[in-house]
Amino acid sequence: MRRKEGEPVGGKDIIRNRALRIVVSAAVLLAAFYLLQRLFMPKYMSSVVEGAMIAEYYGEKKDHDVIFIGDCELYENISPLVLWEEYGINSYIRGSAQQLLWQSYYLAEETFTYETPKVLVFSVLAMKYDEPQKEAYNRMTLDGMRWSASKVASIKASMTKEERFVEYVFPLLRYHSRWSELTKEDFQYFWKRKKVTHNGYYMRVDSLPAKDVPKGRPLGDYEFGEQAWMYLEKLTDLCKKHGVKLVLVKAPSLYPYWYEEWDEQIKDYAKEHGLAYYNLLEAADEIGLDYQKDTYDGGLHLNLSGAEKLASYFGNILAKDCGLSSRRGEEALEQSWRKKRELYNGEALRQMDQQEKGSFTGK
Amino acid sequence: MLFTSYGFLLFLAVVLILYYGLPRRFQWPLLLIASYVFYGASGIGNLCYILATTLATGLLACKMQDVSDAQSKWLKGKGKEASREERKAYKQRMKKKRWRLLLLCLAVDVGMLAVVKYTGFAVSNLNVLIKALGSGRQLTFFDIALPMGISFYVFQAVGYGIDVYRGKYRAEENLFRFALFVSFFPQLIQGPISRFDQLSPSLFAPHKFQTRTISLGLQRVLWGFFKKLVVADRLIGAVGMLTKDTQTYEGCWVVVGMFLYAVELYADFTGGIDITIGIAQAMGITVQENFIRPYFSKSVKEYWNRWHISMGSWFTDYIFYPVSVCKPMLDLSSFSRKHLGEQAGRRAPVYASCFLVWAATGIWHGAGWNFLVWGLSNCAVLLVSQELEPLYRNFHERFQVAGTFGWRLFGVARTCFILCCLRTFDCYRDVPLTFRMLGSVLTSWNWGELFSPGRILELGLSWADYGVVLLGILLMLGVSLWQRKGSVRGQIAQKPYWVRFALWLSLFFMVIVWGSYGIGYEASQFIYNQF
Repeated sequence: MRRKEGEPVGGKDIIRNRALRIVVSAAVLLAAFYLLQRLFMPKYMSSVVEGAMIAEYYGEKKDHDVIFIGDCELYENISPLVLWEEYGINSYIRGSAQQLLWQSYYLAEETFTYETPKVLVFSVLAMKYDEPQKEAYNRMTLDGMRWSASKVASIKASMTKEERFVEYVFPLLRYHSRWSELTKEDFQYFWKRKKVTHNGYYMRVDSLPAKDVPKGRPLGDYEFGEQAWMYLEKLTDLCKKHGVKLVLVKAPSLYPYWYEEWDEQIKDYAKEHGLAYYNLLEAADEIGLDYQKDTYDGGLHLNLSGAEKLASYFGNILAKDCGLSSRRGEEALEQSWRKKRELYNGEALRQMDQQEKGSFTGK
Repeated sequence: MLFTSYGFLLFLAVVLILYYGLPRRFQWPLLLIASYVFYGASGIGNLCYILATTLATGLLACKMQDVSDAQSKWLKGKGKEASREERKAYKQRMKKKRWRLLLLCLAVDVGMLAVVKYTGFAVSNLNVLIKALGSGRQLTFFDIALPMGISFYVFQAVGYGIDVYRGKYRAEENLFRFALFVSFFPQLIQGPISRFDQLSPSLFAPHKFQTRTISLGLQRVLWGFFKKLVVADRLIGAVGMLTKDTQTYEGCWVVVGMFLYAVELYADFTGGIDITIGIAQAMGITVQENFIRPYFSKSVKEYWNRWHISMGSWFTDYIFYPVSVCKPMLDLSSFSRKHLGEQAGRRAPVYASCFLVWAATGIWHGAGWNFLVWGLSNCAVLLVSQELEPLYRNFHERFQVAGTFGWRLFGVARTCFILCCLRTFDCYRDVPLTFRMLGSVLTSWNWGELFSPGRILELGLSWADYGVVLLGILLMLGVSLWQRKGSVRGQIAQKPYWVRFALWLSLFFMVIVWGSYGIGYEASQFIYNQF
């Protein structure tokens, strides 16, 4: 029944109107908060692309034989495309800059909720860090993770003193200070971001010969920290629990320096736990690495040529030692990797083209 | 626990939920527990000080009340049969008893404040004196960390003790209720210095959940956050740089520092009080206003009636008036009248009382010569203005400018300038340095530096930051102008819902986006928390 003019609004109407107002107001508030948060969060598209890597995994079909977990020693040094093309191994690198061991552990834990690979390759350089390092690196690994118990635990384990958990839940509270630094990129990639890696591999085609690589300065204590050991132990147990073969590797990067004493500890651990450990630094000649050509930053990371050589070498290990058989011929995978090859070639050509023009900035 | 920390926001949310969720008779006990948790978070050891103040003042005030009650009873009973002289003698005896109890109360409260706040200052000055006298010995002392808010709650307790002594109101018999009056957490950090008779009715009354009250309170909290986080904390670094690097920032930079500090102090202190009053309002509790648009004052005297009102009135009621009529002052008055004439005789006790009050005000702000000189400078300005009153009158009789907009504006600008100059004692915290820096405004004529590219950005603020500060100043100015027509939140509440919503939502996001909090910003305590 329609209300006559001048007739007071009934109690039910008032309650309904108020409820509607509250709901709409809350929705507007949340929407505004969400949109601002999306705008202010760094997009990591044209600079510090390492921050965009972790999130890319979720867009993949999760059917990998091998998952690489670790820092730049993995995501810049090995090409999954070569592993596919030469050995039929379907792999993905869940890498991020200065990925700490507990972050690797929780990434592995999260990965196992999506898929169970046959092999998990872990970069042991992370053993050198025993406590949270820098907030910026934490963010690059943690912001890209989807919310899960693993993410919560990883945040708690990674936070530096000045960080607050609530700022991970609502990143706007962390990134609000970017209001005066917003660029075109923040608007351009507001909804959708482009891919910056090739199955987690970050490609660089340029070259900078390794010269005068500094020797590691003597340390007071070569023993890895308790926290690092604890998480390596947890990672070993996790892999055992899921029936995943854990392979430890030290990438053939000349720097940061890998001490003999560190190597011994890892060897002992691997032996004790029946794990495979490959110090690829020692196999540089066998791999065929030429540090005058195969690195783009003087020996810290490999370039495309180096990463392909390493993949070619390591693929053999995975196939022979880990018993991975080739999946070439699986139509869906073939098709997917064909597309990836196109993008891979395209990116390599783009970088080479820019290099020739002298406008290559490394991104 | 900083008001602007996540921890405090969570604490407040829990307290508010429990406050309205529990049966109403538990509301004030809940506030007492919350207040002690809040205070304990600043250091468990600090609880000893507030407990000592509460117990000493609460118990002694009850004792004073007992004496008063006994006196009333006697006067109504046996006293009726007594002679006038006997009644007078009895009253005198009882007054003396109450006086002794009050002295004991003051000795505990003020003594404790003096020990924790002024021992270091006193001993370091004594050491200077001892050295000047040629002795090689030096006194040593423990540097005691100043417990949070002690100057505020001690003054509040002392005011209560004096009021009970004067019979202004009855002492609170329930020690827990009195404990809440002393420790009520929103006003613990930086006041206002409340009076028991004003605060207690709403503090202990049961409060119904009312959306309007809560939203009005939270709106004021939001406005306080805007002032504190967007304006005050944004300026901390720049003001710090200007006042610490005195070699680089002389001349015109002293003036820039004076201006920026005036903005920072206003936004910080009034912002903090907005948060205090807003939280209390959200719980249905009325806390007195501490500011009435102080920067609109046309004289220093008016300014002190509009800035930190609770402190000014505390000093007037509990120091100025008692000191003005105490025996030594009356003696001074008679002596002056006799030897210096009627005019001087009238002024001498007022001036002496003023001097004492401002010396106390200065030293209350901090244990340092700079604060003492700051207080006495205020006193000097006030007394000189008073002395020049006939001159002003003559001027206004000859030139009919009083009341014109231009003249009022001139008055406001002049007052602001004088106060900015006086505040430099607070900025530089060193008396000779302050004079040197003020002098450099005239001797180092470097105004051109203000316009040289990059110099202004060396203060750690980008152009965007200056823009936000300017916007903040304009908003604060606009709100102050709007306030002259009545409560701004009240006026906004009259607007259609979606207009209101848009306004508060905008303010909320201004705080979220422009606020100086989180990584990269140093979390800063309120300036008045140091006093």
